[in-house]
Amino acid sequence: MATVDVDLPHVKDEDPHHHGPAKGLGRWLYTTNHKDIGSMYLIFSLCMFMIGGTMALIIRAELFQPGLQLVEPNFFNQMTTMHGLIMVFGAVMPAFVGLANWMIPMQVGAPDMALPRMNNWSFWILPFAFLILLSSLFMPGGAPNFGWTFYAPLSTTYAPESVTFFIFGVHIMGASSIMGAINIIATILNMRAPGMTLLKMPLFVWTWLITAFLLIAVMPVLAGVVTMMLMDIHFGTSFFNAAGGGDPVLFQHVFWFFGHPEVYIMILPAFGIISEIIPTFARKRLFGYASMVYAVASIALLSFVVWAHHMFTVGMPLVGEVFFMFATMLIAVPTGVKVFNWVATMFRGSLSFETPMLFALAFVVLFTIGGFSGLMLAIAPADFQYHDTYFVVAHFHYVLVPGAIFSIMAATYYWLPKWTGHQLNETMGKLHFWLSFVGVNITFFPMHFVGLAGMPRRIPDYALQFADFNSMASVGAFIFGFSQLVFIYNVIQNVRVGEKATA
Amino acid sequence: MTKAITLAISLIAIPASADWQINMNEGVTALSREIFDLHMLIFWICVVIGVAVFGVMFYSIFKFRKSKGAVSEHWHENTTVEVVWTVIPSIILIAMAIPATATLMDMYDTSEADVEIQVTGYQWKWRYQYLDEDIDFFSNLATSREEITNEAAKNPNYLLEVDNPLVIPVNKKVRFLITSNDVIHSWWVPNFAVKKDAIPGFVNESWVKVEEPGVYRGQCTELCGKEHGFMPVVVEVKAEADYEQWVADQKAMKLAMAGEASKEFSMDELIAQGEGVYNMSCAGCHQPNGQGIPGAFPAITGSTIATGEMDKHIDIIVNGKSGTAMQAFKEQLSAVDIAAVVTYQRNAFGNSMGDFIQPSAIQK
Repeated sequence: MATVDVDLPHVKDEDPHHHGPAKGLGRWLYTTNHKDIGSMYLIFSLCMFMIGGTMALIIRAELFQPGLQLVEPNFFNQMTTMHGLIMVFGAVMPAFVGLANWMIPMQVGAPDMALPRMNNWSFWILPFAFLILLSSLFMPGGAPNFGWTFYAPLSTTYAPESVTFFIFGVHIMGASSIMGAINIIATILNMRAPGMTLLKMPLFVWTWLITAFLLIAVMPVLAGVVTMMLMDIHFGTSFFNAAGGGDPVLFQHVFWFFGHPEVYIMILPAFGIISEIIPTFARKRLFGYASMVYAVASIALLSFVVWAHHMFTVGMPLVGEVFFMFATMLIAVPTGVKVFNWVATMFRGSLSFETPMLFALAFVVLFTIGGFSGLMLAIAPADFQYHDTYFVVAHFHYVLVPGAIFSIMAATYYWLPKWTGHQLNETMGKLHFWLSFVGVNITFFPMHFVGLAGMPRRIPDYALQFADFNSMASVGAFIFGFSQLVFIYNVIQNVRVGEKATA
Repeated sequence: MTKAITLAISLIAIPASADWQINMNEGVTALSREIFDLHMLIFWICVVIGVAVFGVMFYSIFKFRKSKGAVSEHWHENTTVEVVWTVIPSIILIAMAIPATATLMDMYDTSEADVEIQVTGYQWKWRYQYLDEDIDFFSNLATSREEITNEAAKNPNYLLEVDNPLVIPVNKKVRFLITSNDVIHSWWVPNFAVKKDAIPGFVNESWVKVEEPGVYRGQCTELCGKEHGFMPVVVEVKAEADYEQWVADQKAMKLAMAGEASKEFSMDELIAQGEGVYNMSCAGCHQPNGQGIPGAFPAITGSTIATGEMDKHIDIIVNGKSGTAMQAFKEQLSAVDIAAVVTYQRNAFGNSMGDFIQPSAIQK
């Protein structure tokens, strides 16, 4: 070899691959490191959680008393819509992707995600999607005001002009989710360390693998339905316009074919997290590992055949009602298995109650309560009374807030010391837990009562008999909302200073 | 400042009729009681399962604490137990599904109705058409603007009161044909356990047989735009004879109205009546001050229509503007109301066209 005298300048100067990450903004813009990208996802999610939470507090402030006090009905509808969209697509989903980015390569023994450049791209388009969505608040006619479920024709013929920006934003979010899902599947299937067989993987990895398949299956459906809206609005088609021969109910079928798997996308990774945390703090192996995996897989499969239980009152044929009622009730079986397994894991263990465990235990209890109201909602005749009331609002907030959100917090308290090398402040963690636990229950439990008593959802003002429980819920919402500042302070302190973590 | 004052008033004026109802109403029909029983059955099943699961969980939490010296055991599988807790819930669910299916079949049996009424949702009011009688009217929210904005005390039926309630006879099977004129609404009366979506282009069916006369209140339960929360349903259930009398009265009123339309009105009379019509039918979008909402609903003040040709102004009110929220008012408003509101809009909110039109000249 006679190439000895070739000049190799990059060996001499600061090549980022050899000397740590680039400095400044460039590090974050160009990074392909799964940990950096995971952190960005989590920080982004926290910002969205705060923005969506502020909107929730505007809603609860208006509903503190009957009568219109603070906002106009049109702005109220914008708040309920944006709160839902931001929490679902901006807070919960990116948080789980962030956790996946941090943990999955480490848990399967891979050096990084399988497709690191795509990983960067799938994160960096997300802030733009939400900038587009949030900018619609400042457009003439206001932001989308048709609910996060955006039923046509309210979201097409009767929508504000900003609906086009909403559609564009949803497309970008969908692309980001699909890329994230592809990356996770590729990593898990191709990059496991030798000996890491599928049935040896940690449950967080398993639940994410199944979630990623759900994402790939349904995100294109969401993209399809918003594209049909776009065509109706701008290109003269009549998919959802009855006057042009279209079908408004078609919208709901397509939307919920996406929407129901979507709600499991927001809970399956949570099952994974809880299945990691409880065995740790019970000092006992997870009970029924294999049945946990099968339960998650069957919940995922069933999620494709239950969508019309969101539509029991649209006037489906009787056989349709019966089919979707039966299919929905079936989901209670694998979900029950999971809860029984968690309890069996604790039974005859050796329990201690650090902050992650407190959140995990609250998850098991409160998610189960959300599951019970879900079972009640599955009973089609009774659903005619529950549908579109605050009972439904109580139900899905119980599975999403003390469900999905508590699991994300549990995961943060559990894994943050691993990420930063600093121990979390346990006192502040417990304070955050108890404030959140009390706040969540004061907020959402009374909603069951006003719902059963007959209060519809998505109304800016209500009849007098609902006043007492609504004030109560509003007080709870402010307790829950402001207690998150303890969490943020705790995390920032941990990242910046913090006691060195042991083990 | 005014906002702060109204807020303060609303905080002081604690609602008188507030209560702490925590459960569903049993309702006033055989079907609503059946549904209530299903609701209670599934609720108690959940309570029993909950007590069992949380019982074991909290027992573990208190008994097997590391701080009390608990040492964990090593088992982590037991096929028998896992089969048992898969099979037992399945059996409970099947047992639950059978009565639920039977109730569903009752709910779907709309045959052999005595009275048939078409219910049509509009943004943001209900229209009731009696298919066997010549009766057709709109039902609007009757709560005053001042109560909603906290400038007046709220009455006990706040937001649950309408100008023209639906009237049905007691102990007769009434079939509802539910549809919509614009977006999706949902017609709900909790005490009847009747909730059905009103969907444009579809006609849904539902039915009720009420056992006690009385006034029953509900609301629209599908987000239908800005005034979704202000779209109540009120049903008055009358004894047979009272119902017959009401039907006769309605027909007499209709004849009297037809006579009104050929009368001559002065401009002041029209403006006075037009203000009421405007506040009921137009102010929701175009706002009580006629300024509209920029980007969503146009202003009346200085609008090219309200200050342009009279014929075009009448046409847009009578026929609406397709593809927008501006609906056709020819079915909702009488010729007198249309003449009045056109005259009012042309001579209020800073518009001063100085012209007016007689009801007899309105071509519907």
